[in-house]
Amino acid sequence: MALILEQVPWIVMPIIFPLIGSMLCFLFPAKAKSLSLLTSLVVLTCVTGLGWQLKALGSLRYPIGGWGAPLGIDLYADGLSLLMLLMAALVGLGISIYSSSYFSRDKANHFWPLWLLLCGALNALFLSADIFNLYVTLELLGLTAVALVALAGSANALISAMRYLLVSLLGSLFYLLGVALIYHSVGSLDIAILAQRVEPSPAVWTAVGLISTGLLLKTALFPMHFWLPPAHASAPAPVSALMSALVVKASFYILLRMWLEFFQTQGGSFANLLGLLGAAAVLWGGIQALRQTRLKLLIAYSTVSQLGYLFLAFPLGTSLAWKGALYMLFSHAMAKAAMFMAAGNIQFLGGHDRIAELGPITQRLPLTLTAFALAGISIMGLPPSGGFIGKWLLLQASIESGQWWWGIILLLGGFLAAGYVFKVIGHVFTHDEPTSQAGKLPATMEWSALGLALIAVLLGIFTYWPLAMLEMGSPIGTGYSG
Amino acid sequence: MNWNTALPLLILASSFLPGLIIFCLPEDRVVTRTMLNLAGALFKIVLVGGMFWGMLHGYHFEARLALLPGLDLVLRSGPLAMLFVTLSSGLWLVTTVYAIGYLEESPHRSRFFGFFSLCVTATTGVALAGNLITFLLFYELLTLCTYPLIVHRGTDIARQAGRNYLIYTIMGGALLLLSSVWLYTLAGTLEFTDRGFLSGLDASLHPTLMIIFGLLIAGLGVKAALIPLHGWLPQAMVAPAPVSALLHAVAVVKAGAFGIIRVVYEVYGIEFANSLGLTLPLATLAAATIIYGSLRALFQDELKRRLAFSTVSQVSYIVLGIALASPIATLGGLIHLVHQGVQKITLFMCAGNLAETLGIHKISEMNGVGRRMPWTMAAFTIGAFGMIGAPPLAGFFSKWYLGLGALDAGQGWVIYVLAVSSVLNAAYFLPILYTAWFKTPPDNWPAERSFGNKETAWTLLLPPVVTALLTLALGLLASAPFNLLEWTRLIVSRGFA
Repeated sequence: MALILEQVPWIVMPIIFPLIGSMLCFLFPAKAKSLSLLTSLVVLTCVTGLGWQLKALGSLRYPIGGWGAPLGIDLYADGLSLLMLLMAALVGLGISIYSSSYFSRDKANHFWPLWLLLCGALNALFLSADIFNLYVTLELLGLTAVALVALAGSANALISAMRYLLVSLLGSLFYLLGVALIYHSVGSLDIAILAQRVEPSPAVWTAVGLISTGLLLKTALFPMHFWLPPAHASAPAPVSALMSALVVKASFYILLRMWLEFFQTQGGSFANLLGLLGAAAVLWGGIQALRQTRLKLLIAYSTVSQLGYLFLAFPLGTSLAWKGALYMLFSHAMAKAAMFMAAGNIQFLGGHDRIAELGPITQRLPLTLTAFALAGISIMGLPPSGGFIGKWLLLQASIESGQWWWGIILLLGGFLAAGYVFKVIGHVFTHDEPTSQAGKLPATMEWSALGLALIAVLLGIFTYWPLAMLEMGSPIGTGYSG
Repeated sequence: MNWNTALPLLILASSFLPGLIIFCLPEDRVVTRTMLNLAGALFKIVLVGGMFWGMLHGYHFEARLALLPGLDLVLRSGPLAMLFVTLSSGLWLVTTVYAIGYLEESPHRSRFFGFFSLCVTATTGVALAGNLITFLLFYELLTLCTYPLIVHRGTDIARQAGRNYLIYTIMGGALLLLSSVWLYTLAGTLEFTDRGFLSGLDASLHPTLMIIFGLLIAGLGVKAALIPLHGWLPQAMVAPAPVSALLHAVAVVKAGAFGIIRVVYEVYGIEFANSLGLTLPLATLAAATIIYGSLRALFQDELKRRLAFSTVSQVSYIVLGIALASPIATLGGLIHLVHQGVQKITLFMCAGNLAETLGIHKISEMNGVGRRMPWTMAAFTIGAFGMIGAPPLAGFFSKWYLGLGALDAGQGWVIYVLAVSSVLNAAYFLPILYTAWFKTPPDNWPAERSFGNKETAWTLLLPPVVTALLTLALGLLASAPFNLLEWTRLIVSRGFA
């Protein structure tokens, strides 16, 4: 039995199943709901299977159709890809469960095929071994994401979706230009080959600049975050959740992958610039979140702030710092998805998301608010939560490398986060009469939010597996403090 | 999993699980909720007793979970841990009975008792924490679960107080986090050890260690209400009386003071801290807080506010005791950890009784209240005399050992601080007693509720009477077998070479 399981090419499955699922959902809209749930479960199983393989092998390269690079297409997986895949699979399952009750009939017909397509694109992106395939998956991801944002159908949503489309295309264009330049000067697209061949030269420099600009635009790093809050806030709740939790992480993943493989050698001042922008994002995003009067905008600005943390690892550069940033990324995905789902629940029942008038609705939704509060613990970086572990590791890395100022940013970001999280939580503890609005929330919508929030909290206690994952194939260097 | 690992976890679970279940209970399941609360509290006491028994028979209890490479979450028994865990679990039972009576008929009781249980879980974790990161985890958890209790009434004042509490404590938590990480990068461990783990570090790191000490004390001083970080405490008195009891006696300020004890004795080691010249500034700060708190208490007309400033002052006795770097003074500080808890909880519960039964919130409304509520006021009187330090009550022994310790440490000025503080204690407590016992009662109380021929509900009356008797017992039986003094002597002997 074990032998058969070892032979299974798990690495292909997280890409194939969502694509098949997407087509089936399109063909049989009546069965879309159960098909998607099934697909999400299958993807989670496949990712687990892949993790089981990687535990023994460390890293895995799989030539599709047996052709192999540089002619064919290679898939590559190590601990870093596994972490991202697992994040996508867990959040994906949560979103599938949540959405099964969220959408009305006609919206659902559009949602399910698009969502599974996005899911497949995302998994393919995390497994791509060459920079052109990364482009293809990135473009596919961007287009499905735009379509999903537009799904809300309101004028606001359409405007944000259009802006998002333009930003997304612009970002991909920058990226593609960079890829073309690299291909021209190095003659390969495979990341592993590039890592050996890239020599500092003006062309490579330009390429690095173009690729980074494109990816940073898509990751919404300050000051290129302008498109994110409206797009994330005007989308339907499950879409907001997947945008903030997963989609922005995809471009960050590409940047990180390239950075670790061959950007790193290209200069240290660039790292400091990224750190600086990250710090600005942490503070600016936090301040803006504090100023918002609408819940979904508040959460969206919180994403801007939290994404900033991830960039603090660039100037630190140690294995410890990467671990901290990736831990943060993982727990942020869980917590932020839970938060957007909670906001969706509030809007679903109360019909609005004005923070000042939350009191009456929250009285009816104890589970939802629990989910929001638990997710908030991780967002604030208080123990026990994944956010705390990430913060601890980053703080330790910043003190060890003598760059304590990044640590101060971490602490300040925590204050701001506490400010905006409690701005919302404070409305639970009023004596407002529960709203008399009719309607009941489906249990799945409350429990899926709570489930993800709980994962974010438990990540603060059960740290062994996530950390061990990052050692597989040593994508970020071995050793604890490397 | 054997008993040595299971017991610390069970002690946590005995309040954590009832808390979780209580959250899910509908509002009207009063009996189930009450049973769960009491069962949890009693079970915890039994378990703590079991741990005590085990320790006396040479067993060692420890539960460990790897958190980060080189850093574990550790819950461990030890004399110091037992001191605090016994205090908090004992007083929790009393507070639970009181809270059940106090919150009868009020809304959101499931939420309240849920967080109440989590609060005690966090306190137990603080007590049993075997290293700084575990301590930090539970310390922050305590912040998170006391906030809902402080804002429980949902009024604007309560929410304002809650906001302030958060601003102070989250800042304190951040400082604690920063200093813990910093210490870890220097020492490579955070494990609490007798006489500390830092004295072996290179001398060139000493200035850094001094800065970290300052950060740690600032982080812990927020909860321990050292000046100038005490601002949240008097505001938080808007919370319901059982919560005040929890804040002032069982959990929050105690967690701060307890943390300072851990840092001075088991992170730095008292002798090392002394050689770095860190203890005298800490003692001075504590002395200043003692005087300042008492002075402010003098001018409050609101009873709970006066008691709150009194806490600011009294908690610093603990800090003063441990900062004097003398075994006897440490003894005084440690027993005051217990004495202050027992006495202050009595006072707050009595204040709560006056508010609940007669609607009295101010001292100027207390004319002759002793005749209407003799039991309550008798308990209050004992607590107040304990605070003043009148023999043979518990508080006398705190001050006695603090004074002896000050002489032992060659810090004669502390005697003056103690004397001035006692005079001030008397000056703000005796007028209350005079008003309550000797003035003529008014014709009508502000908002009287009738309890038949009893002065108030028994659930409200019994807890303060019990803790008042405890105050007496701790003083009268100071030399009985298995007493507090023996136990603290044991702790002290481990802290000094």
